[in-house]
Amino acid sequence: MTVDSSAARKRSAAGKAGTTGSKADSAGTKSGATGAKRTTSTTRAPRTARAGAKKSTEPELVQLLTPEGKRVKNAVYDSYVAGITPEDLRGLYRDMVLTRRFDAEATALQRQGELGLWASLLGQEAAQIGSGRATREDDYVFPTYREHGVAWCRGVDPTNLLGMFRGVNNGGWDPNSNNFHLYTIVIGSQTLHATGYAMGVAKDGADSAVIAYFGDGASSQGDVAESFTFSAVYNAPVVFFCQNNQWAISEPTEKQTRVPLYQRAQGYGFPGVRVDGNDVLACLAVTKWALERARNGEGPTLVEAFTYRMGAHTTSDDPSRYRGDEERQAWEAKDPILRLRRHLEASNHADEGFFEELEAESEALGKRVREAVRAMPDPDHFAIFENVYADGHALVDEERAQFAAYQASFADAEGGH
Amino acid sequence: MAEKMAMAKAINESLRRALEADPKVLVMGEDVGKLGGVFRVTDGLQKDFGDSRVIDTPLAESGIVGTAIGLALRGYRPVVEIQFDGFVFPAYDQIVTQLAKMHARSLGKVKMPVVVRIPYGGGIGAVEHHSESPEALFAHVAGLKIVSPSNASDAYWMMQQAIQSDDPVIYFEPKRRYWDKAEVDVEAIPAPLHKAQVVREGTDLTLAAYGPMVKLCQEVAAAAAEEGKSLEVLDLRSVSPLDFDAIQASVEKTRRLVVVHEAPVFFGSGGEIAARITERCFYHLEAPVLRVGGYHAPYPPARLEEEYLPDLDRVLDAVDRSLAY
Repeated sequence: MTVDSSAARKRSAAGKAGTTGSKADSAGTKSGATGAKRTTSTTRAPRTARAGAKKSTEPELVQLLTPEGKRVKNAVYDSYVAGITPEDLRGLYRDMVLTRRFDAEATALQRQGELGLWASLLGQEAAQIGSGRATREDDYVFPTYREHGVAWCRGVDPTNLLGMFRGVNNGGWDPNSNNFHLYTIVIGSQTLHATGYAMGVAKDGADSAVIAYFGDGASSQGDVAESFTFSAVYNAPVVFFCQNNQWAISEPTEKQTRVPLYQRAQGYGFPGVRVDGNDVLACLAVTKWALERARNGEGPTLVEAFTYRMGAHTTSDDPSRYRGDEERQAWEAKDPILRLRRHLEASNHADEGFFEELEAESEALGKRVREAVRAMPDPDHFAIFENVYADGHALVDEERAQFAAYQASFADAEGGH
Repeated sequence: MAEKMAMAKAINESLRRALEADPKVLVMGEDVGKLGGVFRVTDGLQKDFGDSRVIDTPLAESGIVGTAIGLALRGYRPVVEIQFDGFVFPAYDQIVTQLAKMHARSLGKVKMPVVVRIPYGGGIGAVEHHSESPEALFAHVAGLKIVSPSNASDAYWMMQQAIQSDDPVIYFEPKRRYWDKAEVDVEAIPAPLHKAQVVREGTDLTLAAYGPMVKLCQEVAAAAAEEGKSLEVLDLRSVSPLDFDAIQASVEKTRRLVVVHEAPVFFGSGGEIAARITERCFYHLEAPVLRVGGYHAPYPPARLEEEYLPDLDRVLDAVDRSLAY
């Protein structure tokens, strides 16, 4: 395997990916000047400054649909969605609506005590559906623990995602059934798995591609940096899809980086691009482009989907402790579902019947999920000892036997039931 | 077809055989390709199998193990090298949170046939981080299997078995024994990977060890024999699982046990063996199980390592203390 850096350089030089010039410097000055040891009292001030400064200094996003639902031309990426039909657009809309409905049901189930925890994707539907629908059946997806929309696109039954959040397993689906790997909770670990998998794809001579999801917080992890290094050096067919949802629990993006995240790619020798993460069409187009690069042997790409985590980090989190409502309200105006609906309506691509039918389908999905979770049985006690090893282990056998004897002692005490 | 070869060569031959037998086997690590590894364990493999199967990696241990996991998910069987014991810790996260748990997390759907080779232990006069024995840090983690051969023949066969295993195996290579030669019969029928072996029979006391300390224990047994003491030496070979049945059988015969390892005694494998053998053999024991190993101090500079490492006299001292009960 050789490093195809020339191809990568050409691509990034073509100007898709912004440059690390004065923009980066100004962003850097902004966060760097105050240093790491900010006092609590000053924490709010820079954030306001950031919100204000973003308009002038943040690089442009790839956008095909404005928040008002207006289709805008893009010379580079239009071709990747050129063949899209009204039916496809309705499909994307349906995906997003159903994903949001599923997500809301899961949040409700947590509040009802049916789930121990839920990590909501609210607000990130476009990033996930757009990128997920860009993948081919033989592609392989490595998610974090929030990619419910991508799972949907891959055909994973949404109820399977809930087992780990209910506490009945640590991952309840066969990754190879849908080429959708198990949720990975340790931040960033899966980017290396994706890279290794992609190295294997290249060794096999296949033209599949791999996509690794991670977030702005994970971008600080060493594993993500190492995955960039490995994928670049081996020219692995992998797309790094970073959903920058602005918050890593309570830490804003400026606690993770001095440069816009997509610009990190340049230092590794492959292109990076920032896309409007609330624009499903743009996410679809940019991810298709990146996956195509991978298939063509042009190596890795970093896509930064600029989006917003509308809800809490998880159901255990309380965002009111670290961010204000005004920020959320500003992002609500850029809602991914709303903008596609505006587009569909303005283009007469969907009638009232479509939306009504979808509403009914949403409710049916919510009901199905609710019933499936409530019916989900607790695992057998002996599941503790199952699948610890593929080829068995003497100590596990011994401890299982001890556990069985201990359990049986209660049965004896109760009269041999 | 027995041939006398050094342990390093035996591992090399075993890797070669695995690469020949299965196109899914890969060798990965820092300097394993052109250089043949800093200990030459992978010498000549890249030349013969190409750089897509014998892969020089970036200097990033987490990356090495993390990508090996991905390759295993794709159906490969990577054998990765961590250049030295003290360098494994950047990969510790991937090994503990991912490699060890992937099979269970997937409810058995995914297998992780990854071998992590770690040259370990002291006695070679090295600088810091090049002489450590971190096996207990891995043995504590369910999902991993931990082995350490003591001689060239075991090194050859245990590597074959580790590669064939569908579980992740941490394969600790006693670097100070790399150049010790022994007969290796490449047509033999090997003993099971996780079974201990009695390498010297005795009646008065059992010495249990693995990896680099087996040779020392054999020397101790020879010295003790001159004083009329009959020591049994058990080569444990596997740290996880540990072959407690074999230890128990030996202790029921000798009634005394001394466990020897280079790793620090505190929370080391000797502690686990002592506890479990006390449970299993309480009425057979004539003396408490004693342990000889490293101290609760960072591995010392090379000029002090002879004081830190178990040696003939320290083990004999423990033997005397046990026999004095």
